[in-house]
Amino acid sequence: MSEGHSTYSPKTGLGRWFDARMPLPRLVYDSFVAYPVPRNLNYMWTFGGILSIMLVSQIITGIVLAMHYVSDTSLAFGSVEKIMRDVNSGWLLRYMHSNGASFFFIAVYLHIFRGLYYGSYKAPRELLWVLGCIIYLLMMATGFMGYVLPWGQMSFWGATVITGFFTAIPLVGDWIQQLLLGGFAVDNPTLNRFFALHYLLPFMIAGVVVLHVWALHVTGQNNPTGIEVKSKTDTVAFTPYATIKDAFAMVVFLLVFAYFIFYMPNYLGHPDNYTVADPLKTPAHIVPEWYFLPFYAILRAVTFNIGPIDSKLGGVLAMFGAIAMLFILPWLDTSKVRSAVYRPWYKLFFWLFAANAIFLGWLGSKPAEGWYIPAMQISTLFYFAFFLVVLPVLGLIETPRRLPNSITEAVLEKNKAGSGHPAGAAAAPETKG
Amino acid sequence: MSASDETHDPNRRDFLYIATGMAGVVGAASVAWPFIDQMRPDASTLALASVEVDVSSLTPGMSLTVKWRGKPVFIRNRTPEEVKAAQDVKLEDLKDPLARNANLGSDATAADIDRSAGKGKENWLVMIGVCTHLGCIPLGQQGEYGGWFCPCHGSVYDTAGRIRQGPAPENMAVPVFSFISDTKIRVG
Ligand code: HEM
Ligand code: FES
Repeated sequence: MSEGHSTYSPKTGLGRWFDARMPLPRLVYDSFVAYPVPRNLNYMWTFGGILSIMLVSQIITGIVLAMHYVSDTSLAFGSVEKIMRDVNSGWLLRYMHSNGASFFFIAVYLHIFRGLYYGSYKAPRELLWVLGCIIYLLMMATGFMGYVLPWGQMSFWGATVITGFFTAIPLVGDWIQQLLLGGFAVDNPTLNRFFALHYLLPFMIAGVVVLHVWALHVTGQNNPTGIEVKSKTDTVAFTPYATIKDAFAMVVFLLVFAYFIFYMPNYLGHPDNYTVADPLKTPAHIVPEWYFLPFYAILRAVTFNIGPIDSKLGGVLAMFGAIAMLFILPWLDTSKVRSAVYRPWYKLFFWLFAANAIFLGWLGSKPAEGWYIPAMQISTLFYFAFFLVVLPVLGLIETPRRLPNSITEAVLEKNKAGSGHPAGAAAAPETKG
Repeated sequence: MSASDETHDPNRRDFLYIATGMAGVVGAASVAWPFIDQMRPDASTLALASVEVDVSSLTPGMSLTVKWRGKPVFIRNRTPEEVKAAQDVKLEDLKDPLARNANLGSDATAADIDRSAGKGKENWLVMIGVCTHLGCIPLGQQGEYGGWFCPCHGSVYDTAGRIRQGPAPENMAVPVFSFISDTKIRVG
């Protein structure tokens, strides 16, 4: 939260010299040292930092991989195998990059669900939320194009199906698809342009992250109570409190990440992608990467025509619509209370929504046959109903629980209700004062 | 600038402002175009090739796949039962009532004769083996209708390659082709 004035005072001559010419150290100090954060932030608030290091990790491992990778359909698959077998430590860098993409998405999903639960998208943080949604969209594009690069069977057929979405657009659809592919089917021009864009997009993500953090530092962080910061006692300094908590969470996250890299590096991938792409043979069962599965289920749920919209366009619209819901979410929720902690009905629906999202993901990995199809349809219906019916209506009919007057009051109340032994103050600094 | 300037006749500055603006817009658009244009299929991709296929070895019930413009073309010598099954279907039962046959007018109906190679060659079916949903390659002689089944999202085609179930909107396309002899087909 911007306090309006800066408390930075450079102590050395060099510091003062810099400060008078380009106050970058002041910006860093004000943003990451003195910056006040709500004292009650829990571990769900550590994923922003985790996401930042995952982005850096993807960029560094990616640039190194690009030094050995060749984006030509006759060489791409072989060059990735070469990275795995011949390039020194190549296997490690590639596993860091491919698992890194998955862990990036794990972090972003937890980050998004945190926002949903605590109402972080509500005024005045709408723009912050929308910028986050843009990052998520760019991540999906980057992940999709990266997955095409190793030129395995899933790369090829994933690219075929996803670019096929555009043929659903009336009149200009085929033209757009050919523009994306540079041909009539996924081929060398496609691979080349996807590589160029896969290299570019992460840097665009980094740019939007800057805007996201900027917006965050204007409105300040939300917190588990959803109540705005009202006085100085509601906050603690970013350093050391948030810094150390973020760092600890990063270490734990990276330990799990390392476990995957070293002990189950292909668990999140698909074995078919170790078969070179064959344009004349579709694998028996194609699935996208796990992080796209819920949307893939929504795409396939529409098996019927809706008036003038045929099933194909309908599926594509439903899928993009599912993502669009996130963008307009701030204007769908009519409740003034942010945090689910004080909204008993919202809390129930939130968990139903989360369970439904996971169920959709599971369905996305199943073939489109038998009872899976009606299950996909019901789940898709609930997905949209959550945004378009539950959120607007709940805000009007739900009676929220009594809100504490301030963050400090909430923290002290919780402390009293707990054990209340004085030693707790030292162990839990957020309850101090 | 005084307030009264705003009511003046267009002067030199207004002219420069409008002229620069126009040049900027036209310039930006004409610079943008080549950047979009380069994305389109290039000359080598567009070079229209046709392929000739010897089908003498295909006895009824056999098919082969040839690659044409980067896509698979299915050529199938259908069994009499398959032809009969396809002919017996009523047009009203079809999801897509059009032939989608590049050799016929765009209003030709999806009756079996217009999906096949025509009178006397009803057993031959030549079509682009690309699912009209999102572009996967359907598997032959599978699915409820004994035609094609697309593993990607479960579209089911009959023995004339017509869409019967699932998300695909159209029958599989019949490309331009002709019999150049009794045993040779030219596609394209
Ligand atoms: C937002 C950050 C990024 C994400 C989410 C991401 C995602 C991915 C994914 C999912 C793959 C496929 C991995 C596999 O199965 O083999 C991949 C491959 C690749 N990426 Fe990235 N990437 C990112 C950033 C970058 C950057 C900045 C570069 C720099 C050029 C890069 C270069 C490559 C290369 C060369 C490959 C092919 C080698 C391989 O398949 O392992 N990536 N990326
Ligand atoms: S591509 Fe064939 S059903 Fe989707």
